[in-house]
Amino acid sequence: MSEPGELPPVRVRISHPRLAGRPVSPVRPATQEIDEQTKLGELYVRALVQSQLRQAVLICGAALLGLVGIALAFAARPALGRARLFGMPLAWLVLGVLIYPALIGLAWLAVGRAERTERDFMTLVRRR
Amino acid sequence: MSALYPALAVAVVATCTLGVGALGLRRAHRASDFYVASRAVSPRWNAAAISGEYLSAASYLGVAGLILVYGLDMLWYPVGYTAGYLILLALVAAPLRRSGAYTLPDFAEIRLDSQVVRRTCSALVGVIGWLYLLPQLQGAGLTLATLTGAPGWLGGLVVCLVVLVAVYFGGMRSITFAQAFQFWLKLVALLIPAVVLVGVWHANRTAADTGYPRATQPQVVTVVARERVTLPVPTTLAIDGTLDGAPVHGRQQVAAGSHQLGAGTVIRLQRGDLLPVLADGPVTTNTSWARPFGSGRPHPLYATLSLILAICLGTMGLPHVLVRFYTNPDGRDTRRTALAVIVLLSAFYLLPTIYGALGRKYLPDLLLTGHTDATVLLLPERMLPGLPGELLGALLTAGAFAAFLSTASGLTVSVAGVLSQDVLKSRTNPVRAFRLAAVIALVVPYLLSLPSQRLGLAAVVGLAFALAAATFCPLLVLGVWWTRLTWIGALAGLLCGGTLAATAVLITVTGHARHGWWGALLAEPAAWAVPVTFSVMVLVSLATQRHRPPHVLRTMVRLHAPEGLELDRGRELRSLGQG
Repeated sequence: MSEPGELPPVRVRISHPRLAGRPVSPVRPATQEIDEQTKLGELYVRALVQSQLRQAVLICGAALLGLVGIALAFAARPALGRARLFGMPLAWLVLGVLIYPALIGLAWLAVGRAERTERDFMTLVRRR
Repeated sequence: MSALYPALAVAVVATCTLGVGALGLRRAHRASDFYVASRAVSPRWNAAAISGEYLSAASYLGVAGLILVYGLDMLWYPVGYTAGYLILLALVAAPLRRSGAYTLPDFAEIRLDSQVVRRTCSALVGVIGWLYLLPQLQGAGLTLATLTGAPGWLGGLVVCLVVLVAVYFGGMRSITFAQAFQFWLKLVALLIPAVVLVGVWHANRTAADTGYPRATQPQVVTVVARERVTLPVPTTLAIDGTLDGAPVHGRQQVAAGSHQLGAGTVIRLQRGDLLPVLADGPVTTNTSWARPFGSGRPHPLYATLSLILAICLGTMGLPHVLVRFYTNPDGRDTRRTALAVIVLLSAFYLLPTIYGALGRKYLPDLLLTGHTDATVLLLPERMLPGLPGELLGALLTAGAFAAFLSTASGLTVSVAGVLSQDVLKSRTNPVRAFRLAAVIALVVPYLLSLPSQRLGLAAVVGLAFALAAATFCPLLVLGVWWTRLTWIGALAGLLCGGTLAATAVLITVTGHARHGWWGALLAEPAAWAVPVTFSVMVLVSLATQRHRPPHVLRTMVRLHAPEGLELDRGRELRSLGQG
């Protein structure tokens, strides 16, 4: 704080002579591009949405194809419906027990992939 | 049978629910406590609460009953309930949390900027919510009536009152803890008897019976109202009353085929008697029952595939499932919570199969009485007569009531949330509006549940899933991933899918059109109604591109960008989250 009656100190800008005349950097943060909805920003958003969608479709496709595949396999090969494994009917074992670890595995994969996509996007956006 | 233990079990569960809820009650003062538990519930509590809420009467009682009647094909129900969560996790969980919406109508408004779509969604939430509440209340009535002989209206009333007290005072914060507690209660209540009963079965194992179901013990069955039954082969039965309109008395030859039993007719079953099966159930041998597509339903492959689709895609459109995600702190935690939910559901769903399979062996007479939803409750006493069986039965009753209470409270909160915001809005302060809406949300389905209909619990829930799959699933998937969706396209899709699925549901429920392809298509509408809805939404949107909301890119940023980035995410719909 300055004493009463004393003049406030004069502010002096000190800069390297070679930088002083340079125009403002054209490189703007990607978040700003996104916020201002420029063409580049739109590209960023679309890239993120598309890579997320690819992962989601992959996981859902695997799950639905797996379930429908099991149903169709039982329909096409009645012998599968009669088969036994470890003294249990195979069909009961698959639908009652084994299918659950498979679903958990897919869910785990889905979480991991989605989080990686988001991390990649954050590095991409912050790199500039 | 003593009514003491089950009644005690119900009282304990109700008290614990209110007690655990009271722990969360101390801080429920603001509107955001009521709606989203102030968004401060840890993933572990949240996962248990979500599972507790999701495992309804249909999962706890209905699946085992379906397995007893129809066999292996019904295992697709629990598989679908779990896979539906996986689809939800992969496709919409994180974006929905990031949207900042609290209800489905909120999401529609944020994404499409349309009050018309918002109101349509509100109406659909009400219909699906009530369709789902109905079997919970019926199940409660059935449970109390089966185990204590109480009148059928009492169980539903108990559930309504407990839920109202919990929701009325604590809203979402209070029921989150109560539901987490209820999940573990349900799991333990189903696990312990299952282990004991499998042990009993293993100890007196006999050769598997491959023929038609036969009575396992002497039993007297009284036909309350006129019934049609089917006999697969000619046999002799002791019948006193009217058979096919003629008075009969004593043991006599009965021909194969369909017969009518008059009201008040008494059937005295001896051990080994061939069981007449209610006409709306299938007549199958135990061998066929245990094989894929051996359920005796028409077009079993189509029915199975359509069921998988309905449940997998319908899960994301259930109002009480969605609301839960908004109690997570961010999108990443939402996905992790969903993963934990899938693990918990997988553990739980190993159990109903055991009850269904044991039920076919020890309780085949339910095929004649039609009380197949009571399979889980009746099994311990049948397999372990005396005190141990009664105690296990009481434990199962406790779990069943936990199921009714948790699902009913979740649905009540969701339906009340929509009612208070879209119907009673700005009439009074938000907390009071929410409480009034909760009362309405419960009273309507309770009154509807009173004229008791004999529809299977899991079947009614299946219809709710089909309706959700044909309406909200396309709206959410296209809304989250497709920028060209317009409000006109969304509205056209919702109306079209809602009308198609609701018509199919009504025709099936009222008992018309049972046979052949038409019956199969109407009983499982998802396989055709979902693609039709998707197509309508896409085509109408493409034709109305002028009406695309102007800020759709901003909304996409909001739905998909990780919270860690500082971005402009557009306006908040309302200030619920800030409370």
